[in-house]
Amino acid sequence: MTTSSTASCQAGTEPLRPSSLRGNLIALALLGGAVLAAFAVGRFPVGPGDIAQLLWSQLTGQPHGLDPRTEAVIWNIRGPRIASAVLIGAALAMAGAAFQGLFRNPLVSPDILGASTGAALGAVLGIFFSIGILGIQLAAFAGGLVAVGAVYAVGSTIRRGDPVLALVLTGVVIGSLLAAGIGLVKFWADPYNQLPAMTFWLLGSLNNHGSPIDLAVLAGPILLGTTVLMLLRWRMNVMSLPEEEARALGLNTAPIRLAIVAAATLVTSASVAAAGIIGWVGLVVPHLARFLVGPDFGRLLPTAALLGGGYLLIIDTITRTMSAAETPLGILTAVVGTPFFIWLLASSRGSWS
Amino acid sequence: MSLAASALAYGHGSREVGCDIELAIRSGEVMALLGPNGHGKTTLLKTLLGLLPAKGGQLTLDSRALATFSIGERARVLGYVPQAHAGTFAFSVAEVVLMGRTAHGDLFSAPSARDRATTQAMLERLGIERLAQRPYTEISGGERQLVLIARALAQQPRYIVLDEPTASLDFGNQGKVMAQMRRLADEGLGVLFTTHDPNQALRYADRVMLLRDGRSLGSGPAAALLTSANLAALYGSVVETVRDADGRLAFLPG
Repeated sequence: MTTSSTASCQAGTEPLRPSSLRGNLIALALLGGAVLAAFAVGRFPVGPGDIAQLLWSQLTGQPHGLDPRTEAVIWNIRGPRIASAVLIGAALAMAGAAFQGLFRNPLVSPDILGASTGAALGAVLGIFFSIGILGIQLAAFAGGLVAVGAVYAVGSTIRRGDPVLALVLTGVVIGSLLAAGIGLVKFWADPYNQLPAMTFWLLGSLNNHGSPIDLAVLAGPILLGTTVLMLLRWRMNVMSLPEEEARALGLNTAPIRLAIVAAATLVTSASVAAAGIIGWVGLVVPHLARFLVGPDFGRLLPTAALLGGGYLLIIDTITRTMSAAETPLGILTAVVGTPFFIWLLASSRGSWS
Repeated sequence: MSLAASALAYGHGSREVGCDIELAIRSGEVMALLGPNGHGKTTLLKTLLGLLPAKGGQLTLDSRALATFSIGERARVLGYVPQAHAGTFAFSVAEVVLMGRTAHGDLFSAPSARDRATTQAMLERLGIERLAQRPYTEISGGERQLVLIARALAQQPRYIVLDEPTASLDFGNQGKVMAQMRRLADEGLGVLFTTHDPNQALRYADRVMLLRDGRSLGSGPAAALLTSANLAALYGSVVETVRDADGRLAFLPG
């Protein structure tokens, strides 16, 4: 028997994964560039030099000599809005990545269990009863938490078969019930005053989100939720295995699943309460991050956060500058993101899952 | 040292699948579980692993009731090799094996240098270190089975339970996997596996148990129990025996 020498044959050799350092540098550069660009564009441009001067004076205590209007724009208008966009984008991307692992399905987004729909119902009810902007935000936040809480309570009582599947199916069913509720409230709403407000809110915007107080209210739940997700990220690999395999490997799955669902719901509800429904980020950014650093959640979650923050900030910057009236965020995330995603999908040879 | 069941009844949900199981998996021994499809083999394995609660009888791990072990403690003693599946995400082979270290860290910890060293050692032990950076979703069924065995070994268990480890494998890989199991027992592990091939049980197992309708038709030394009459009763069909010049046996489905 002869064995043929196959020096020129490339079968069996595999290109190595992209290194996570390179992936994170790309994501970080995107985020940094997005922040500088977001300060620089708009009716009152703030250059990188202005920001550097202000930061330097904060560090050293020396006077910065900037126009007080510039300082006000940085601290009170553009800064908080930029921080909000980055926080929301990062949080939605991390929650989406965590849910895709938990539900073992790359098509899942953070609102699979009804967080966005519940929050939206809370918000349209708030608009319907005219309870003011803070009331609407609180109603939205509570709506998201209550919806997912109900889904979890009902899903956990189903003892047949895979608990993850029971949870998803319950989420889908209760989600469509809530969507019917939104439809009913819109049907009742005053078509001249309330209905446009509801429509605009449902499409997402950071237009009303520019003050340091807004930022503080948003940052609390988001930092809490993302910290929990970050801490659990190494266990998410095992959580993405079938239930019994994960337990055979030594993971007590039920409490970890509850913690991940609670954390993801917290950040999703807070995001929707602050900025309305922003689709796309939680679904697709995790795939972009996986393309950069691979599926290992230990590396994936930080990269997804950087990418999500940078992506939503770019979109928000476009919405507030491209025309006099703001375009809804939810529209642009999809319009800008889809061709980019298709281009990457078609041109890359890397792994998408 | 053994994983032992006595008068064990098992099942899932409210349904009892089997009962009166007497069984002991001892360190250094390979035990094979034979039986027709749908007669409760996998359910029994999951009960022995503590993944399903026992419905009656005693189940002890090294003389201590299995139910008193925490999930993490159990995973450091019992390794489980499920039937190979493709998986959802394209984890690298090294990442999959690293998951076997879960029970050796705490809830929030990142993989340690020791975890990575153990992973590397297990890849080498099974001769698959060249696959380390390949996506698990893109390797062959036989390679996946070896990866899952490496993952179970990374748990550093004293017993290893394999569910039809050769079911989807080609002829050459079946031999490799069975030889690995024999080697693990020779190194002191207790090994339990299910199979549809009585020849594998005859050649590689020390003892066998025959399971039909959730009950044991018999258990004992492989050579004594594996006869064409017993196999015919087990599978409800005719089984032929062939014998070579050295007197070695093989079974053929009738």
